[in-house]
Amino acid sequence: MSALPNREEKITLDTFLRGLWEENPVFVMLLGLCPVLAVTNSTMNAIAMGLATTFVLVASSTLVSLLRRVIPKQVRIATYIIIIATFVTIVDYVIQAISLDLYNALGAFIQLIVANCVILGRAEAYASKQRVGASVVNALGMGAGFTVALLCLGTVRELLGAGTILGFQIFSANFEPWVVMILPPGGFFVLGAWLLLFEYLKQRKERKLLDSEGAIS
Amino acid sequence: MSGVEQVQEPPRTPSFAMLRTLGGVAMMAGLLVVLVFQVTKPIIEENKRIAIEKAVFRVVPGAASRKDFVLGAEGLLPAAEAQAGGETIYAAYDAQGALLGVAMEAAATGYQDVIRILYGYNPACECVTGIKVLKMAETPGLGDKIAFDPEFLKNFEALDARLAPGRDGLLNEIVAVKHGNKTAPWQVDSISGATISSKAIARMINQSGQRMFPLIMRHLDRLRAGG
Ligand SMILES: Cc1cc2nc3c(=O)[nH]c(=O)nc-3n(C[C@H](O)[C@H](O)[C@H](O)COP(=O)(O)O)c2cc1C
Repeated sequence: MSALPNREEKITLDTFLRGLWEENPVFVMLLGLCPVLAVTNSTMNAIAMGLATTFVLVASSTLVSLLRRVIPKQVRIATYIIIIATFVTIVDYVIQAISLDLYNALGAFIQLIVANCVILGRAEAYASKQRVGASVVNALGMGAGFTVALLCLGTVRELLGAGTILGFQIFSANFEPWVVMILPPGGFFVLGAWLLLFEYLKQRKERKLLDSEGAIS
Repeated sequence: MSGVEQVQEPPRTPSFAMLRTLGGVAMMAGLLVVLVFQVTKPIIEENKRIAIEKAVFRVVPGAASRKDFVLGAEGLLPAAEAQAGGETIYAAYDAQGALLGVAMEAAATGYQDVIRILYGYNPACECVTGIKVLKMAETPGLGDKIAFDPEFLKNFEALDARLAPGRDGLLNEIVAVKHGNKTAPWQVDSISGATISSKAIARMINQSGQRMFPLIMRHLDRLRAGG
């Protein structure tokens, strides 16, 4: 494939920041919600899942970008899946080597990174059309955005559901934990609350913008 | 099929290019995975060994070394020599090499899924000396307390598991009772609100103990000499 449809992008701060804020995979694009809801019942799980996903995202984006000129269009998705699956397998072994407890806590969701559409989405929409440098920076941004989103859920859920953060007691021992927060429904509650907050902030900004324009004219 | 009137097709990619790409990428993938597998294998095995050792030393307090045996159709054999299958048991010894207890696995269905534990048995006092949950999917905040609730774990510090006079089973069945109703040393005081999970633990220890404790007693001399 020699003719690339999109213009190649120069690396700017935006290449990175886009994933973190403007196109945040979770809060804006609502992608990859399965791990977001499933493994955010503690801060530690959220961090581990975020880092593992970021690694797969960056490594697969790098390879897809490197190979973008030799992958025929017809087999590109199959090729991306092989590449992503490879890095997921690697992460799987590495996490087992780092800590078996962590591995058991994350359970099947490590292997399921392969089905995280954020990663395939990046490969298809960005890395397959952009230079390696830009792809890495963009993937890092998306990974950071994903990790931050997991942390937003993980910290709140652990704090309310167990009274701790990273295992440290935050609330006094008299605090009766809201157990529902670390159960699956808690994931939906907290995600909903965050989305509400971001939407509110967005609308307020737009309203302010409108108001100030109105004042000028 | 009216294949004759095919509309203008875009230029076809030769099959060879597709084969080359897929084959090449798959080969690279295989190489990478094997490489990482080789590098992490010894570390993961060491992690597993440490995890078992930590669990054994936790359910048999005071243990300083352990030796693995297989208890099966051939009787009791050191794990390295066992051919036929059987149940692995871990004999734990103190610093002087005296047998302190035996740790083994038990499993039963809990609230969500199978709960697997390692527990320790002390043949001298004929009692259970500790449990450690290896795997469970119990509800966080309710059933998962079986793993760390101090009051619940106290049940298993000296749980009566004496053998019946015939030495082919337990004198008293190990049973879970509702929270606050424990009256005998072979009863397990359930966690309030997690009776189902607590009962599963008592049930699996009872089932495993009825079978294993008489066997352990029969092979006690071999186990004592093992350290
Ligand atoms: C969503 C949900 C999850 C539950 N999870 C467990 C569990 O993991 N383990 C358990 O023993 N009971 C669990 N229970 C409670 C049991 O249904 C049952 O009420 C309890 O074990 C009885 O304990 P009690 O006799 O002390 O009240 C759960 C209940 C609900 C509604």
